[in-house]
Amino acid sequence: MARSGIFEIKGIGDGLLVTVKSGAEWQAVHTALRNHFSERAAFFKGARVALDLGTMPLSAKELEALRADLERLGIELWAVEAESPKTVKAARALGLATRVPRPEPGKTKPRRAAQPLGEEAILVRGALRSGMRVEFAGHVVVLGNVHAGAEVVAGGNIIVWGRLRGLAHAGAWGNREAVVCALELSPTQLRIADVIAASPAEQAAPQPEIASLKGNQVVAEPWDTSP
Amino acid sequence: MGKVLTITSGKGGVGKTTTTANIGAALAGLGKKVVCIDADIGLRNLDLVLGLENRIVYDLVDVVEGRCRLRQAMIRDKRLPELYLIPAAQTRDKTAVSPSDMVEICDELRREFDWVLIDSPAGIERGFRNAIAPADEVVVVTNPEVSSVRDADRIIGLIEAEEKGPARLIINRLDPRMVRSGDMLSVEDVVELLAIELLGVIPEDESIVINTNRGMPVVLNPKSKAGQAFHNIARRLLGEKVPFMPIEEESGGLRKLLGRWLRGG
Repeated sequence: MARSGIFEIKGIGDGLLVTVKSGAEWQAVHTALRNHFSERAAFFKGARVALDLGTMPLSAKELEALRADLERLGIELWAVEAESPKTVKAARALGLATRVPRPEPGKTKPRRAAQPLGEEAILVRGALRSGMRVEFAGHVVVLGNVHAGAEVVAGGNIIVWGRLRGLAHAGAWGNREAVVCALELSPTQLRIADVIAASPAEQAAPQPEIASLKGNQVVAEPWDTSP
Repeated sequence: MGKVLTITSGKGGVGKTTTTANIGAALAGLGKKVVCIDADIGLRNLDLVLGLENRIVYDLVDVVEGRCRLRQAMIRDKRLPELYLIPAAQTRDKTAVSPSDMVEICDELRREFDWVLIDSPAGIERGFRNAIAPADEVVVVTNPEVSSVRDADRIIGLIEAEEKGPARLIINRLDPRMVRSGDMLSVEDVVELLAIELLGVIPEDESIVINTNRGMPVVLNPKSKAGQAFHNIARRLLGEKVPFMPIEEESGGLRKLLGRWLRGG
């Protein structure tokens, strides 16, 4: 574990988690991180880094500037965890994951777990536009449309209360029981666990559907409201 | 205090430069003092479309690097009362200018002009960031065609993430015959996919190519349907409620669609 006044770095799973202390100012954080990594460039080259920004609000521009600096050092910034909605939105717009699976004591590879982590779910409000990506180890519920070019990746189920036109990958870490539901199921591609399915022909009158694995095939059925 | 409007798209070749030139000329024709900035450094086109290439002495990069004053880089269009152009540099690239340079320049221009129009380059990298940094409002131009709509969606997401939204939409190069035969996305299709407010629709019009080659904005051509559409967009930007033009002569699908927009106000 490395510590400076402004941030803390520790190893998690297959990469590093950088936690930024609250009350820090972004310019100072950016400069400190860049200096820290470039001074140890040979050691950090090839690392995958996730950033925990706490309550700090950041724009896409500021995040992208850090990502570009890290990329120049051969470091991949792949996720940003934040409590500020502005930062979460910025991370999604840049295609970064917004949740980092934390290793539980005693487990070495939680991301390969057979079941989703309990029934934990995140709620995403508003449209996911092309280029945005949501990744979460549990279930993902989207209250809005998922546009073509957007990606939703969940360890558990994916529920879209809107039109699903993008890419959805449920059971992404091996759960074959995972399902994808949408008010209108018109994804560019659907994946459940390790099975990939291209989109079926467009429906004339879209209706709510649920897609699940039957054997090695993804099957979409109308949402049955009968008891 | 003037307003800074950035015209962007994501995809290249959809009509950003044509739109910037024509909205600028239309606003100037309506009595406003307008300056257009070409932010496409390295691939400048706005000077060509306005027919002002021969008069370039200084450009945006000269201003940023302190080789001239802002005033010296402005080229006045002699056809319209108050239309000016600050051209891009052709021999440099987008790294020559930074977002904060653009904000500084636009803050100065706001004091003197009613409208500052910025012609954004294609893409989502530095050039785009430079162009939207100073924007008060952003207009996204798209063609009714799947790849430009997909790129427009991406750019709208980035605009929202940079807190410059909500953007408004211009659909350029609509061909009513192709829409009717089901070979082209309709206005309704595009608006439904992009989910932002429609500012205007420009019909496919060969007078655009003809006029561009002559360095004349189509709004100066009274016979051009595209020119009229750009003119209406300028009026809407000024707050006027202008009904969308009937693009088709026959009634039917498209007219019904436009009817919906009219009822919507």
